[in-house]
Amino acid sequence: MATQAQELSCKELVKLLTEYLEGTLPPADTLRFDEHLAICEGCRIYLEQMRTTIRTLGRLREEFIPLQAKEDLLRVFRTWKA
Amino acid sequence: MNTPSQTATTTAPSNQEAGLASIPAIPAEESALIARLRSGDEAAFVKLVGQHHKTLLRVARTYVSDHAVAEEVVQETWLGVLRGLESFEGRCSLKTWIFQILINRARTRGQREARTVTFSELAGPELEDANPAVDPSRFAGPNSEYPDHWATAPQQWDMTPEQLLLSGECRTHIEDAIAVLPPAQRQVITLRDIQGWNSEEVCNALGISESNCRVLLHRARSRVRQAMENYLGAN
Repeated sequence: MATQAQELSCKELVKLLTEYLEGTLPPADTLRFDEHLAICEGCRIYLEQMRTTIRTLGRLREEFIPLQAKEDLLRVFRTWKA
Repeated sequence: MNTPSQTATTTAPSNQEAGLASIPAIPAEESALIARLRSGDEAAFVKLVGQHHKTLLRVARTYVSDHAVAEEVVQETWLGVLRGLESFEGRCSLKTWIFQILINRARTRGQREARTVTFSELAGPELEDANPAVDPSRFAGPNSEYPDHWATAPQQWDMTPEQLLLSGECRTHIEDAIAVLPPAQRQVITLRDIQGWNSEEVCNALGISESNCRVLLHRARSRVRQAMENYLGAN
């Protein structure tokens, strides 16, 4: 890492996005990241899109068991505890 | 036949009765669940199955070639869970343990089908994948005024996940994008984002390092974002 912070390009920011969101980006890089975001609308939108993507993925979670599978498993469970 | 009344009246034994008192590492909620399962509480079992069944299927599907085999692997996994429940010591969380059982079984089945072998073999080519996660043509070239800055800037979506998923078509688009991801990416995004596990849990279940996990997650998320952008751009 260069000691003198170099300005991040949009391409670099996009590459670091997951590290940033996962909180694993080193502090110096996080600073450059935030500085770039402050002046770049495209990257702010990209980040927002990624957050929406992640939240949408979280809504795909289904607590659903096909009826047949559920009955089969319950039968197994009853035998198991007997 | 369904006779839940039988179990509904049975109160769950305390941790001590269930032999869990010596394992302080297990969170209270989880040890209560384990105690209920050990006592034969059907409602607890159905809830547990409901929480994980779909995800187990998704992950199994990354190791075996068809849906029916994946279903079998998941059934076998639940049998394995019941068989192991008495001796489960809580060295990892219950869900990590369940997924470890699944992955072992799915791997064995995959090997029998001569399809996939180990996660590192699975993830290896994906980690070395030289293709960038985001299409490089989105960025300005080296001779432009602002090299590596957006050539085509992303557009605001102005939609919440709820609004997006109201359209079945959008949901299908996202599901299709996940379905064509390489297996290791699909496993990571399924556990981390769909199931909402933290990265440590994902790494433990899949047996990968945190940095490999992030590389796979980055590729997978970038591709799903792209699929959503394509969908929203076309509509």
